[in-house]
Amino acid sequence: MSEAAMASPAPQKRKVYRHALVVRVTHWINALCIVFLVMSGLQIFNAHPHLYWGETSTFNQNDVPVDTVLSMGSRTVEGERQGVVRLFNEWTIVTTGFLGLSYANGEERRQGFPQWMTIPSTRDLATGRLWHFLFAWIFVINGFVYLLYGLGGRHFWRDLVPSRDQWRSFGRTVLDHLRFRFHRPGDSRYNIIQKLSYLVVIIALILIVMTGLSMSPGINAAAPWLPDLFGGRQSARTIHFICMLVIVLFTLVHIVLVLVSGVWNNIRSMITGRYVVREEAPHEPPSA
Amino acid sequence: MSRLRLDRRRFLALSGAGAAGLLLSGCDAVSRAPWFRDLAGQTDKLTQAAQRLVLGPQTLAREFPESAISSYFRANGNTDVANGIYHQFARTEFVDYPLPVEGLVSRPKSFTMAELKAYPQRTQITRHDCVEGWSCIGKWTGPALAHVLNEVGLQPNARYVVFHCWDTFATFSGSVPYYESIDLEDAFHPQTILAHEMNGAPLTIPHGAPLRLRVERQLGYKHAKFVRSIEVVESFDQIHGGQGGYYEDINGYEWYAGI
Repeated sequence: MSEAAMASPAPQKRKVYRHALVVRVTHWINALCIVFLVMSGLQIFNAHPHLYWGETSTFNQNDVPVDTVLSMGSRTVEGERQGVVRLFNEWTIVTTGFLGLSYANGEERRQGFPQWMTIPSTRDLATGRLWHFLFAWIFVINGFVYLLYGLGGRHFWRDLVPSRDQWRSFGRTVLDHLRFRFHRPGDSRYNIIQKLSYLVVIIALILIVMTGLSMSPGINAAAPWLPDLFGGRQSARTIHFICMLVIVLFTLVHIVLVLVSGVWNNIRSMITGRYVVREEAPHEPPSA
Repeated sequence: MSRLRLDRRRFLALSGAGAAGLLLSGCDAVSRAPWFRDLAGQTDKLTQAAQRLVLGPQTLAREFPESAISSYFRANGNTDVANGIYHQFARTEFVDYPLPVEGLVSRPKSFTMAELKAYPQRTQITRHDCVEGWSCIGKWTGPALAHVLNEVGLQPNARYVVFHCWDTFATFSGSVPYYESIDLEDAFHPQTILAHEMNGAPLTIPHGAPLRLRVERQLGYKHAKFVRSIEVVESFDQIHGGQGGYYEDINGYEWYAGI
């Protein structure tokens, strides 16, 4: 009989130091930057709400964008204005009231994303760019600090790369999540779904910086390989947009999971670093 | 305990909605604040310094093969000029078009089109990136601006080259002429040319006939069209709104448009 079993009743809860100071500080700065970058980015997108693949944009002889990957606009069907999103020049989705055509203060606005999603709220590309590049600098410096810490210290290898046993129980973890069971008792590590989604979002955050720089004519001259990596400047712009969608999706799921998997424990751990782990209940029969 | 949780939840939801509303109205107010504009101006300077760090003075913008030329090149900015004198020049295909170069130069001079075409000509197929987000590829031909500047000779305190244009924008304070400016590093860059040809034909009016600046490592609004005169200055203080360009004055665009 093991000594651990003899020592019961074991403590039900145990506090662990989960998040290092660097991780906590960079997390919140990053969160703030993402809010401002996404909203000012949508303002910039609205200046030309069309995405292309390749080096250039394509227009027909009437100056209308053609061969787009995604295009937002409005049209009149039987005397009624509709907002529409067109995908791959093929599928049209009616998005009246949201994309292409929205309403603000009782007025119709023909623009890509609606006013409540953009910084500043009114159409103002110049100011949107000022916000975007201000926060882009903060975001890049902050991200650099995090990456240096994560790669230089042991954070990435210890906390984010899934371990062998986690890969082996991957299927079970997925099933557990579907039943809204997120934590294995006694396990203070991130679970494998957490680890993989953090790694995906870190890659998306790196890609969004690289595609952002790929759109800069100055950086293009210094590093022509950068836009080439993404298939040209307009492809880079499209991938920049897709990365934004990935990051927004991640953030929404992240917030929901924070709320349903012990909101105060989660939020406290990201502020003070301390996280409460529930121990295995000591009623299992001891094994030989 | 459960009651407390409900209250906390409601508190969270309310503060979430409140924060979103505050964020939007707050951002609009901050956008107009002078300190924010100053901060954004510093950001632009930081961006310029960072780009210049990785970008040598002679580093060329990418040039493309003929096959990459866009079949339809969108015209940015003004596509025509509301000025009778300009259209008189246009009627005679700009043969008598003068280009005065003045300001902090040793030998002010008005160049003729023939003189500009007598310099060694540079042809470059480059990608034009509009601040709005779209790009087109075109072929541009003209003399390097450096030839013109060397001919007139710069005074020691010369720092910027200003391009005054024929086209105007209607604003609340009346009709305002377009203008743009670049610093000497970009002015003497080998790809900085005064283009008079596009895709092998004389520049058309929508694309800025008869002369259009090409400054390939910056965004489209820096590429002044319908260039009327060139002025070399030490600072922008005495020029229009003092920010170095029409869009910089009116809309608050960055003066350095490298991204």
